[in-house]
Amino acid sequence: MSSNAQKSGFGATIWDYMTSVDHKKIAILYLMSGGLFFLIGGIEAMMIRIQLMKAGNDFLSAGTYNEVLTMHGTTMIFLAAMPLLLGFMNAIMPLQIGARDVAFPFLNSLGFWLFFFGGVFLNLSWFLGGAPDAGWTNYASLALASESHGIDFYSLGLTISGFGTLISGINFLVTIINMRAPGMTYMRMPLFTWTTFVASALILLAFPPLTIAIFFMVFDRLFGSHFFDVAAGGNTIIWEHLFWIFGHPEVYILILPAFGIFSEIFAIFSRKRLFGYTALVFATILIGFYGFMVWAHHMFTVGLGPTANAIFALATMIIAVPTGVKIFNWLLTIWGGSVSFATPMLYAVGFIPSFVAGGVTGVMQAMAPLDYQLHDSYFIVAHFHYVIVGGVVLAIFAATHLYWPKMFGTMLSEKLGKVTFWLFFIGFHLTFFIQHFLGLMGMPRRVYTFGADQGWDLFNAISSAGAIFMALGVIILLVNVIMTTVKNERVGNDPWGDGRTLEWAIPSPPPFYNFAQTPLVRGLDTYWIEKMEGNKEGMIYAEPLGDIHMPNNSFIPVVMSFGLFVASFGALYHPDDLPWTVPVIVLGLLITFGSMLLRSLKDDLGFHVHKEDLIKDREGVKTDGHQ
Amino acid sequence: MAHDVHEHVRTKEEYEYVRRQRAQEMRHMLTSFAMMIFLTLIAFTAVAAGFSTYLIVPIILLLAAIQVVLQLYHFMHLSNKGSGTIAFFMFSGMFVAFIVILTFVTIIWW
Repeated sequence: MSSNAQKSGFGATIWDYMTSVDHKKIAILYLMSGGLFFLIGGIEAMMIRIQLMKAGNDFLSAGTYNEVLTMHGTTMIFLAAMPLLLGFMNAIMPLQIGARDVAFPFLNSLGFWLFFFGGVFLNLSWFLGGAPDAGWTNYASLALASESHGIDFYSLGLTISGFGTLISGINFLVTIINMRAPGMTYMRMPLFTWTTFVASALILLAFPPLTIAIFFMVFDRLFGSHFFDVAAGGNTIIWEHLFWIFGHPEVYILILPAFGIFSEIFAIFSRKRLFGYTALVFATILIGFYGFMVWAHHMFTVGLGPTANAIFALATMIIAVPTGVKIFNWLLTIWGGSVSFATPMLYAVGFIPSFVAGGVTGVMQAMAPLDYQLHDSYFIVAHFHYVIVGGVVLAIFAATHLYWPKMFGTMLSEKLGKVTFWLFFIGFHLTFFIQHFLGLMGMPRRVYTFGADQGWDLFNAISSAGAIFMALGVIILLVNVIMTTVKNERVGNDPWGDGRTLEWAIPSPPPFYNFAQTPLVRGLDTYWIEKMEGNKEGMIYAEPLGDIHMPNNSFIPVVMSFGLFVASFGALYHPDDLPWTVPVIVLGLLITFGSMLLRSLKDDLGFHVHKEDLIKDREGVKTDGHQ
Repeated sequence: MAHDVHEHVRTKEEYEYVRRQRAQEMRHMLTSFAMMIFLTLIAFTAVAAGFSTYLIVPIILLLAAIQVVLQLYHFMHLSNKGSGTIAFFMFSGMFVAFIVILTFVTIIWW
């Protein structure tokens, strides 16, 4: 590998991405596969809305509707929102802390491929006898009764992709703790890095309960155990607890990075330092802690008893406090700033009222007695789409526009970006606002159809019309991406003109070693400080120019993940009494553990980028030449 | 380069300082060792004296928690400089696990 980029063929590019351990390339992989699953999940959403657009519709059968609904939720949470956010974390966080890569580049690649094969496995269920049909929460009494292999695709697929997420989370934690550039103290870290840090800590603590729950589920369904089987002495409620012990932190794993992205956007496009940086940091940490103390609010109607309900209700309401602190800090960041309404800023400003609406309905549901009324109605559907779409998806779109130049070196069209925003924003409110009222009128969640005499026709039709706007918005975003890529107009280091953090001080896209010299950080908003002091280089350096040690590419992560993918098929068909299932499990595990062994035994010491090449690179990038 | 080897010769003052530090550390270890033995004795005595189980179990759990903290700080050097993050994550994890166990014990298995 050389630092001089060369034109390479299509196959070589594919091979390069499959073997890459570069955090920026892995970010692009996350973005592409997360984007693909987002489109699949979006198509499933459209099918749901087509089915519900009028009373007594027969577009989908009841059984298919259950599958589509389950896969929409599962895909959007596990295979779209999380990987897209992990993609942005990968792309930006190491740049923000002045690191050359994440702490464990090999594991980073492994994390991606585990997620990818898990996602593919889950989606193969469509072609292999039916998708999971017990809802994304997969409650055990329902899931154990499901007859097709759908639930097994769910549990095995999520096991694999869950490993991937856990690996990425640990990787980010180690990176942020150990690889910050000199001078980058914790309280000088950009807010996106902070939220990445806290979200990774949540991944570390929240994914093991999910892994355990799914492991029990796999053994209950495939290998004859009875963890959740009440008839055989198990306890079905334990699944619900374990799932939500994971599930509630999970929504903070999604929303905290979104908060981070918006914090960056508010500061950049208001041309102001973030108001109350310290408060924002501590609010983030606090939300992380509270996230683990509230899971039972998803289970108020299970019958936990009034004491447990009261405790969890109070704990839930407390979360509104740090979140409110954040909202006010963002508003005060905008206040008095020299605001420019570029596309990312539109998303950020649109996010505040949308997310507050979702938060307020959240506090309503935190009141246990009221929740008895709202539970399992469309009010809940409206609430969580307001926080997930109004928070996370808007953040993902905003980050796509904001960081596209940093990741690909070209600017997405501002004009089309604004069209996307307005279509999506209007469509989103049209689709989901009215669902609050459908819920209050008594329409239950997860029903595949409703009667003409129930009075829900008009509101459902409006809701379905809104979904069309959202779909148009996404299509225009895709057109935007294609047009931008074809035009290929290169941009400089700081295309928005007001970048504040380190990632804007280096070329777009950055060279594969990110920083020729490790930067020295003199305060919060590092790049802004240097800019204000007239430093044309954009940063000062903590070390002289010298050789850089970089990791080698590796194909092993793909093989390792593929082994688990193969083993999963063996496990899946195990209860069908087929002769080949055990050999396939063994073969798959052999592939995985064999490649692990290979990785352990074979020394892979990486390579050095030499000083001369760095100087040559730098001359290619900069006109004024000397270092 | 980072791999250059530095020979560092200690001055007399540094030597004395390190010596004092080590002596102090040793004192702490011995003290907590004695305390641990004492705590263990209490636990055994409580069982041998035949108190009610509802008294013994919480006492033993409490003593165990104290033992863990003593062990972590005096023998596993959690108090050393640079262990702050580790301690923070460990206690966060314990906190989360504690809440989960508490909930399970009180509302599922009670």
